[in-house]
Amino acid sequence: MNKQMTAADVVAQIEDGMTVGIGGWGPRRKPMALVREILRSDVKDLTVVSYGGADVGLLCATGKVKKLVFAFVSLDFIPLEPYFRAARQSGAIEVMEIDEGMLLLGLRAAAWGLPFIPTEVGLGTDIVSRNPGIKVIDSPYDDKEWVAMPALKLDVSLLHADRADVRGVCQIAGPDHYMDDWFARAADKTFVSCDELVDSSFFHDPAQARLVHWERAATTGVIPIPGGAHPTSCAPLYGFDVPHFQAYVASAKEGGIQAYLDKHLGASEEEYQASVGGLDAIRAIGMPVY
Amino acid sequence: MSAATDYTLAELCIVAASRAFEKDGEVLATGIGVIPRLAASLAMKTTNPDLMMTDSEAWLLSEPNPLGKRGKDFMQANETWMGFSRIFDNVWSGRRHAMLGPTQIDRWGQTNTSALGGTYEKPKVMMLGARGFPGNSISHPNSFFVPGHSKQVFIEGECDFVSSIGYNPARLPKGHKLDDVDIRLVVTDLCVMDFGGPDHQLRLVSLHPGITAAQVQENTGYPVHIDGEVPVTAAPTQAQLDIIAALDPHNQRAAQIKDNPPGARG
Repeated sequence: MNKQMTAADVVAQIEDGMTVGIGGWGPRRKPMALVREILRSDVKDLTVVSYGGADVGLLCATGKVKKLVFAFVSLDFIPLEPYFRAARQSGAIEVMEIDEGMLLLGLRAAAWGLPFIPTEVGLGTDIVSRNPGIKVIDSPYDDKEWVAMPALKLDVSLLHADRADVRGVCQIAGPDHYMDDWFARAADKTFVSCDELVDSSFFHDPAQARLVHWERAATTGVIPIPGGAHPTSCAPLYGFDVPHFQAYVASAKEGGIQAYLDKHLGASEEEYQASVGGLDAIRAIGMPVY
Repeated sequence: MSAATDYTLAELCIVAASRAFEKDGEVLATGIGVIPRLAASLAMKTTNPDLMMTDSEAWLLSEPNPLGKRGKDFMQANETWMGFSRIFDNVWSGRRHAMLGPTQIDRWGQTNTSALGGTYEKPKVMMLGARGFPGNSISHPNSFFVPGHSKQVFIEGECDFVSSIGYNPARLPKGHKLDDVDIRLVVTDLCVMDFGGPDHQLRLVSLHPGITAAQVQENTGYPVHIDGEVPVTAAPTQAQLDIIAALDPHNQRAAQIKDNPPGARG
C-alpha cells in the first residue's frame, strides 16, 4: 500500500473540533511542517495533545486551539513558551493539565482500548482538583483511592521521523523516540512527515529495523519533507535552531505572531525553508550539548 | 581533608545538596539545573558511586558528564538506553531521587511550577505546567534547590497551583499516610532545611556561613522549626572543589546565584 501524500492531503483530513496529538518533546522532533500547514488552513477548534513546544505556541497564537491537554509547554533552553503563556493568561484556551507520565498513560489506554489506567500520579495535587474530567476511584483490590487516568483517544496524530518508506515503516534514528509510538497507536489516523523517503529494502538491515518503533499498520500517511522538523531538532540529522527560537520568542514582545508569520510562514514549505536559509542551513544546525 | 577557605556560595550549595544523595544507594539521581546536577554528580563521584544518572537526553551513564561543550574526543560512559518513556518506568518503581527548583514551596512542602495569581482559568503568570512533579512527588524522594530564598518562594499561604503532593492533611489521599511523602533536603542560598520538624514542619538543618536563623525566618512566609543550636553548613573540601571544577569546566555554576557571592558572608 502506497501511503505517500502531501501536507495539504493531511490537513484536508483534519476537521474542525478534532483531537490532534503531536509527537516529539518540547523543541525536539516536532512535525512542524505539518503544523505550519494547519496554520495555513482555516481548521479551528482543535483539542491538542502534546508534550508541547512551539507547536502548541503557534497553534495557540493563531487561534486554532479550543482545548489543550498538556503537562508542560516549553522550549527547554528557553523555559517559558510566550504564545502558550499569552493564551493561558488571556483565558483563551480550555486546558486539561496533567503530569507527563499521565499523558503517557492516557495514550496507552487509548492505544489498548481501555477507558482508563489506574495510577497514583496526580493524587494530592491540583491535577485532580482542577480536572473534573479526571475521576478518583476506589480499588477492588485494596483500600486506597486511585486516579483513573482516562484514555486520550486521538482523531489524528502528527509525527516526524528521520526516515520512512511509502508503506509507512517509520524510523526514528535519534536516541529517543519519546512517546511517538503511543501517539501513533492512540490515533485513528497517524500522519508521519519524514526527512528522507527510503526504499523498503533499507530496513532489511536489522540495525535499521531496530529503530522502527511501531509497525506500519499504525501509520496512515507518509509525507516526505526534508527539514520538516525545523526549527525543532531531528537527531541525528540536525539540532534545534536556537537563533530562530530566540527570534520567535522575541516576536511575542515586539511585532507579535503576525510579524513572525509574515516573515516565515509563506504559502508553502518551500517558502518557509527559503525564509530560514534553506535545507542546507537546517541540516547544518548542530546537536545541543547538555 | 580540611575545609577550603576560598569557595563560592554556589560551591557550598553544591556540596550541601550532594549530601541529599549520600545514603540513597542504587537510584536514579536527577538534578534539574546546574547546581542540583552538580550536586548529584559530586555525590556519584564521591559518597555514593552506586547512583545512576542520565545524560539529560536518552542514555544512562556510568560516569556523570561534565556540563556544557566537551572536547571532540569525549565519549560519554553510556550503560543503557534511558529514553523519556523509560524514565517513567523508573519513576513509578520509586528508585529515583530528583532535586528540582519549583517556583513556590508552601508550608506543607507542596510546590508550584504552573501558574501564579489570577484564576486557574486565567492565571496572571503562566509558567511551565505541572511537568512531572505530580508523579515524582508521590513515587519517590525529592529534594529542592532554591537560589533566592524569599517569601515569594516560601509563600505564606498554599501554592497557587499544587503541582506536587506534600504533607498537607487536607489533601491526603484515602489509604495514604503523610509519611508516604518523602521530601529530603531543601537547599537555599541561605541555609539547608528539611521537613523533619513537628508534624512535618519545615526545619532548619544548617545555616550557611554568616547567615542567621532570624534571616531565614524573615525570608520564609511561615514558621521554620529551629531545634536548639543550628550548625553551620560544612565548607567544601579542596578535593570536592576540584571535582566540581572538573565537572563544570565552563564555570556555569558562577551564573546560578545572583552576583556569585563567596561562600562565607557577613
